[in-house]
Amino acid sequence: MFATIELRNPLVAIVLFAFFGSALPFPVWAQNAGPPESTTWNSLKGDVFEQKSIEAANGIVTIDAPKRAEDAAIVPVDLHFKTDATSGRIKAVTLIVDENPSPVAAVFKFGPDAGVTHLATRLRVNAYSYVRAIAETEDGKLHMTETYVKASGGCSAPAMKNTDEALANLGKMKLRVFPAKTTGLASMTRATEMQLMIRHPNNSGLQMDQVTRYYIPAHFIQGLTVSQGDRLIMSMEGGISISEDPNFRFEFDAKPGEDIKVEAADTEGKKFRDEWPLESSGLQESKPRI
Amino acid sequence: MSYATRRDVLKTGVLFACCGVSHARLAMAQPGHSGPLPVKQIADGVFAFAGTPAMMTDQNDGEICNVGFIIGDEAVAVIDSGGSVVEGKALIAAIRTQTDRPIRYLINTHMHPDHLFGNAAFESTGAIIVGHHNLPRALESRGSYYLQSYHDAMGSDLMADIRIVPPAKIITGEEELDLGNRKLSLKAWKPAHTDNDLSVFDQHTKTFFTGDLCFIGHLPTMDGSLLGWIALLATLSGIKAEVAVPGHGPVSSPWPQALEAESQYFDVLARDIRKAIADGVPMSDAVKSAGESERPNWKLFDEYNQRNATAAFAELEWE
Repeated sequence: MFATIELRNPLVAIVLFAFFGSALPFPVWAQNAGPPESTTWNSLKGDVFEQKSIEAANGIVTIDAPKRAEDAAIVPVDLHFKTDATSGRIKAVTLIVDENPSPVAAVFKFGPDAGVTHLATRLRVNAYSYVRAIAETEDGKLHMTETYVKASGGCSAPAMKNTDEALANLGKMKLRVFPAKTTGLASMTRATEMQLMIRHPNNSGLQMDQVTRYYIPAHFIQGLTVSQGDRLIMSMEGGISISEDPNFRFEFDAKPGEDIKVEAADTEGKKFRDEWPLESSGLQESKPRI
Repeated sequence: MSYATRRDVLKTGVLFACCGVSHARLAMAQPGHSGPLPVKQIADGVFAFAGTPAMMTDQNDGEICNVGFIIGDEAVAVIDSGGSVVEGKALIAAIRTQTDRPIRYLINTHMHPDHLFGNAAFESTGAIIVGHHNLPRALESRGSYYLQSYHDAMGSDLMADIRIVPPAKIITGEEELDLGNRKLSLKAWKPAHTDNDLSVFDQHTKTFFTGDLCFIGHLPTMDGSLLGWIALLATLSGIKAEVAVPGHGPVSSPWPQALEAESQYFDVLARDIRKAIADGVPMSDAVKSAGESERPNWKLFDEYNQRNATAAFAELEWE
């Protein structure tokens, strides 16, 4: 099962890890308040997608994020997907924060009949930056949309607020199933909305241990799969730009009666898994099983 | 008070012109004050300066939080160094208008730039920097980011001298510092405003320097644990202090009444966020309205409330 969530794409792996050798926790990035340019993206594009051409999304994928990152450590990002006969199914979505030390926040892949139409997560945003989503449709074409997020003011930093708490509950998961918002005809569709929460510091690993004077290794969730029965809903290859306590809210085509299974693996080789019966009963909580 | 006279003289520029003293603060004609920081004596041997409730900018030299000092028979302890080396130096100048005794300790109440960007000013004084046991870790993961992110608002001139100087003396639990017939009780708290909050209690006058565990006027900012902070309020209000110096707000303030405003804000914010979570409202929507009824009670509400709501949402989801 975990074969599916390893970092298969070496290019993504390179981008994820490229900056870990740096001694500076947060390299100084240009923070011009002027009109944003895509300079960073232009140099980054080839590393992630090689020479493949990338089209404008034209509504196939849309992205919403606050204009200003209120809390630099927790910036909510919403993705909506339009899957119809003309555009074809979306196979994967790559989420990128241009100016972060590790720009590729995550690569999500969706199961063939998962029918994911909406995905929300939370990101660290270090500086004035584009946040972009690149969707890959079944025909192999890439479709990009982006939004510009201004850095937060004041003393907000993209760092953990309560480090000890995050470590004490490492791997604890919660799954929440939301009741259908609509009634009547719309409720006949099987779309179900869920929220998955995992306790994890998702640590950049760039802090220095005060005793040893060595940099603490990066420690983050690098792989995640959500499935129902034997059916893949989605998988994620993640990096440190995903906020601490990774959080995913998504809508998909559920099959009644089959359990939801979640498996996650972090950079220390710890594996976390859990499963829940699919019931629209609000909050479901579990103890971590490592 | 002697410093006031000297400050007035400095302001007129007469002394500056006569003596040819090269003083950057005067030369740059900062719109803020010049010369020694205008501190106020709030109790016997206890002095404090009230920062302006504003964002840190090049206009205000980062002087937005409250700082202070306590004079013992042998030595002085400083509580927070301010938001720039310029402010730190002005604080040292204010101390020197009151006493020639050595500055033995510089106590950092927590990690935020407005409280410790002035640390570098104290290097020549030989003061030992004192901090919560989590402060080194917090500065390690944020220091470079702070230096980078404040650059635009503070400007190159002000940022040039600012460095992140971590504490040399670590406080775990409670510890006393002696200034010579004057004992200070330092207490390292569990995560509340941040995960490195340290308070200072002067046993002689029962003056309580709360750091940012207490905000008045300036909206509290959430960078630790809302639940931890709410839980801590009961303990804090039980402390038998005569007066308090909050991290932000009037110097001094009555205790424990100083906690009432923030206590109400926390309750409203937690109530609104809990309701949103229960109703299944996504974070991005919930943070736009949570805490809104508290708006008239605070300065800098637009700057910080959505951020607080965001942090509170992420924390309370795990209840």
